[in-house]
Amino acid sequence: MTLLPYLVAGWLFLIGVYGIVVSRDLIHTVGCLSVTQSSTYVLLLAVGYRDGGTAPVYADVPKDARVVDPVVQALTLTDVVVGATVTALLLALVIQLHKRHGTVDPDQLSALKG
Amino acid sequence: MTRRARFVLFLVAAAAVALLFVAAFVRLPPFGGDFHPYGDRAVRAAFAHRTANAVAAVNFDQRALDTLGEETILFSAVLGAVVLLRQIAGERRRPPRRARVSGAIRRLGVAMLPVALLTGLYVVAHGQITPGGGFQGGVVVATALHLLYVAADYGALERVRPLSLYEIGDATGEAAYVVTGVATVLAGSAFLANVLPWGTFGTLTSAGTVVVLNAAVGMEVACGVVVLLATFLDQAVEIEEPSHAPASGGTPDGSGGDAG
Repeated sequence: MTLLPYLVAGWLFLIGVYGIVVSRDLIHTVGCLSVTQSSTYVLLLAVGYRDGGTAPVYADVPKDARVVDPVVQALTLTDVVVGATVTALLLALVIQLHKRHGTVDPDQLSALKG
Repeated sequence: MTRRARFVLFLVAAAAVALLFVAAFVRLPPFGGDFHPYGDRAVRAAFAHRTANAVAAVNFDQRALDTLGEETILFSAVLGAVVLLRQIAGERRRPPRRARVSGAIRRLGVAMLPVALLTGLYVVAHGQITPGGGFQGGVVVATALHLLYVAADYGALERVRPLSLYEIGDATGEAAYVVTGVATVLAGSAFLANVLPWGTFGTLTSAGTVVVLNAAVGMEVACGVVVLLATFLDQAVEIEEPSHAPASGGTPDGSGGDAG
């Protein structure tokens, strides 16, 4: 079934958003956001896959070797880097929230505080 | 909105998104197929600039300007985390307790540290010919240093890690990328165009500016990750929260001490 890899990406996206929606803990929310983002890795790599293709690195394969799409692999690398930094920044925000409000439950964070 | 209403709203929206996904997926080129026009062009362009690693060619040659943006996101995120996680009023800093580590872990950690460090530098330096490059190698270098935290304790890590030097290294890596771009302009070409001699395909000196940009990114990522981990470890190990819970409000000190 050739649709399966794409469906896996879609499923990962939705299950990640589900986690964000029902989350009772902001650390858990950030983790769910990472799951959501990992769906984009799966989608990109699925789009770039070529049957029987090897990695697009020609150091030890002949120049006419069948390779997968290097463009989406480069995009995935960008995606991973941006995802990791955004996760770090969000976790830093959660630590600050916990210091100010004493809770990381999003439902209890209703008051504004300077 | 109640939790239940929110969940129902999610179910409706998720069903709609799932339908749209499937409708879009069936129109995509078939999985594993042969139609990759951009990939084929990118591989040809990589060959033209003698870059064996086509992914590195895309990142540091064909899309070098985008990678500058990506690197800047990393730089800003590290900066943001450092600013967010500073010591706030009421917090005290205490020296970290000495941790007890078993002898086997200590010996293994000390033995693996140089190996991990060398592997990281190798991955950065060979980014143009093997899978790897500045981002991946930089992370390996940064985590190698943290073997000391596992194998010894936080004090040992702090002694080998003059944080201000790593902050300077982070900024230098970012600046080196921009300076390389400016240098290519001064050489009479476009910003971040590959102007250096391309060298021999598949050797360490191939690929022109890809080598330089890889090194710049490797330096920034290694230093940035060290600074980032240091700010988080600081929170966990050194900074002590004030004794009263800030959200419970009212009682300024002591009386509301609910066993923090």
